[in-house]
Amino acid sequence: MTFFARRCESKTATVIVLAALLVLTGNACSNKNSPAPRDYGEIGGPSGTELAIVQVLQKDNGAEPQTLDPHRATGVPEGNILRDLYEPLVMEEPDGTLIPGAASGWTSSDEGLRYEFALRPDGRWSNGDPVTAHDFVFSMRRALDPATLSGYASILYPIKNAEEINHGEQPVENLGVRALDDYTLEILLRGPTPYFIGLLNHSMAYAVHPPSVLEHGDRFARAGNLVGNGAYVLKDWVVQSHIELTRNVRFRDNGDTTIDTVFYHALENSDAVFKRYRADEIDLTQGIPSKQFKWIRTNMADEYVQSAYLGSYYYGLNVTRPPFKGQPGLRRALSMAIDREIITEKLSGAGELPAYGWIPPVQGYEPQRPEWAEWTREERHAEAKRQYAEAGYSDRKPLVVEILYNTSQDHKRIAIAISSMWKQVLGIQTRLLNQEWKVFLQTRATRFTTEAFRAGWIGDYNDAYTFAELLYSNNEQNDPGWVNADYDRLLTAASMERDLEKRARLMEQAERILLDETPLIPIYFYVSKHLVKPWVGGFVPNIMDHVYTKDLYILKH
Amino acid sequence: MDGGAARLDAHAHTAQNRTMLSFAFRRFLSAIPTLLILIALAFALIRVAPGGPFDTEKQIPPEIEARLNEAYHLDEPLYQQFGRYLTGLAQGDFGPSFQYKDFTVTELIAAGFPVSLKLGGLAMLLALLVGISVGTLAALRQNSRTDHVAMAAAMTGISIPNFVLAPLLVLLFAVTLRWLPAGGLGDGSLINLVLPVISLALPQIAYIARLTRGSMIEVLRSDFIRTARAQGLPGREIILGHALKPAMLPIVSYLGPATAGIITGSVVIEQIFGVPGLGRYFVQGALNRDYTLVMGVVVFYGVLIIMFNFLVDLAYRWLDPRVKL
Repeated sequence: MTFFARRCESKTATVIVLAALLVLTGNACSNKNSPAPRDYGEIGGPSGTELAIVQVLQKDNGAEPQTLDPHRATGVPEGNILRDLYEPLVMEEPDGTLIPGAASGWTSSDEGLRYEFALRPDGRWSNGDPVTAHDFVFSMRRALDPATLSGYASILYPIKNAEEINHGEQPVENLGVRALDDYTLEILLRGPTPYFIGLLNHSMAYAVHPPSVLEHGDRFARAGNLVGNGAYVLKDWVVQSHIELTRNVRFRDNGDTTIDTVFYHALENSDAVFKRYRADEIDLTQGIPSKQFKWIRTNMADEYVQSAYLGSYYYGLNVTRPPFKGQPGLRRALSMAIDREIITEKLSGAGELPAYGWIPPVQGYEPQRPEWAEWTREERHAEAKRQYAEAGYSDRKPLVVEILYNTSQDHKRIAIAISSMWKQVLGIQTRLLNQEWKVFLQTRATRFTTEAFRAGWIGDYNDAYTFAELLYSNNEQNDPGWVNADYDRLLTAASMERDLEKRARLMEQAERILLDETPLIPIYFYVSKHLVKPWVGGFVPNIMDHVYTKDLYILKH
Repeated sequence: MDGGAARLDAHAHTAQNRTMLSFAFRRFLSAIPTLLILIALAFALIRVAPGGPFDTEKQIPPEIEARLNEAYHLDEPLYQQFGRYLTGLAQGDFGPSFQYKDFTVTELIAAGFPVSLKLGGLAMLLALLVGISVGTLAALRQNSRTDHVAMAAAMTGISIPNFVLAPLLVLLFAVTLRWLPAGGLGDGSLINLVLPVISLALPQIAYIARLTRGSMIEVLRSDFIRTARAQGLPGREIILGHALKPAMLPIVSYLGPATAGIITGSVVIEQIFGVPGLGRYFVQGALNRDYTLVMGVVVFYGVLIIMFNFLVDLAYRWLDPRVKL
């Protein structure tokens, strides 16, 4: 019997569970006022387009969020919930297109160095206070204040004096953010930043409600204290279990919100998530257990949604110590010997894109590939052997190298595949070493013992720079320890360049240097993977993997 | 009874009370160094583990990390941090959580303990009820088919680890049959605890059943039971009124280890079922290097186990006055 047949039989049970939840959340009455369904285009589900009476969404959210303070949050689980709680100046369409949010519009002048935002006069905090330009000034100062202890402050450094303030060299009052009047916000930049509007969608640029932050201090982001300007408000927070949000009736666009209550479940284990999804306790997952991929493809194909995601999976090579120090030829040989297609098709097998360049497909950027990426497998292997021999290695004197990865079945399978490819093509002897996550992070960052190591990077905003800057010589994230003056020079030039075309060309030139030097080996570009119940409507995958509950709705089922 | 005897009896009573009090006092004093050693060990062990609370995929700039270390006093020498921790502890303050920045450890323990207590308490209750009944039944029908089946089941229960058993139960009762929730606390109703409680109790049921059976068989063979039988007392009265109490002695002394077993078991079970109790905090705290949270759970459970063992000793004495404390 297939899973689908079983699910239909149990519809009543689901309704009962949902009804119980409804009674619990005390929302039974407000549901009758649910607005008519918007025109969402084609939607599936057993009942077509009719909305369910109970609009409750159960979302898997990965790890427990560390905080709901937007200026101190750093991870994906936090970001998912914060998107429902706050409305930034710039919002996103379901497909990720940037649209006006708390600001109804903006103009830029002074060759992109000055922005003026018009705030909506009907913007309201969840306690009824108007959302003003002063709130954004307060919030951006707070985000950059060294006392806030934000780990992500650097993302706002394009704002004038932001970096100096965050380093404690200037008072927060000097920040290039001013309220011209209650509803007009001015932001000055230190240099042209083509992706600046996109940055304003990041939680570091969210406004927090000044009076409640001042009143509650470190505890302002708790249920009962948190005042937001988003579509939902924080109702309950049970650490290590779930976070419950309910509709913010004062949200300026409340009339277009359909779902009344959303639960974010803290679940680290994808197998547990999958079981709960199959038991109809979760409507929307953040990923799938990779072992179950084939089964899902066969049995739940129409519930599986996959799409390109702004991330790179790669192997770093520590260029500060042997055997990779001063050996670009050897590093290239290792890269050429890896058959990415085998890894993406046979191992991860979930539609990941084989990566030959470092920067994934992003807007306004021509993806770069090394010349050899176009060659046949035989040609690549021949050239890899040649460069390997040139570096002084042979069958008699093979390279012995260690691969370090964090403990996980998926990473292990890829490490084994890569080591056997290196062995087959070049005769390299590899040692596999796995470490628990925090141990791994420390080992990798200190660079004392690493040789080849696994890594991944998810872009902070939809622009090539969020990847390019990783290999900047003094970037904290530059785990290969690669220093290249030309690369740094090109990136600096790109960050000051006002012409978008020229800027892209500079970064493309930089990436070609990077690929030629090969301090890292790109393996594949990530995809986002979700299981979505047929009764969840309005879900549109996008490259940032940002989902707003206000865009979703529950169909009758 | 003459007056002298009554006086003697009263005297014995006060003497007994006095030994009881001095026993409690001695136990209390001996608990302090035990607890201190526990705290010092836990403190040292978690600091020995490589990696720190602020190591994340997105590395934070060194100057911010320095500020974080300063804010959480991680820049101080270890002995100073230990002193600071003990001082806080003496005032009932477990410190702030390194990972969950909006909460203190005291708040997290206050939120997680009731959940763990409910889960553990129900599991213990179930283990005792079922374990003792099955064990007694097996003892009464010694070497019968019932006995063999019960003991084979018990052996299986002891042998299967709960991290194997729990996912199997979920697959059967939640995913396939859809009778019970697969995880989480849901709306907080008891149905959500059925699978976690069973998974947690099964190994204990098995152990208690075997203990009861052995102990009950021994008691049933003793002289006073034979006397009772000879006097023609009904079987039920013999079992419930005379045999059960002495047969319970090994069970009572097993309560201490059983509690410890349920606590360690809950660390696994809470993780599997996503139950937000102290066990789950402990696992996540250790993975996240949330020093204060791990310490908090260790200290809290340490105190609890020491207290519980003390209560078990008292109960033991109550059941068998021959026991010297």
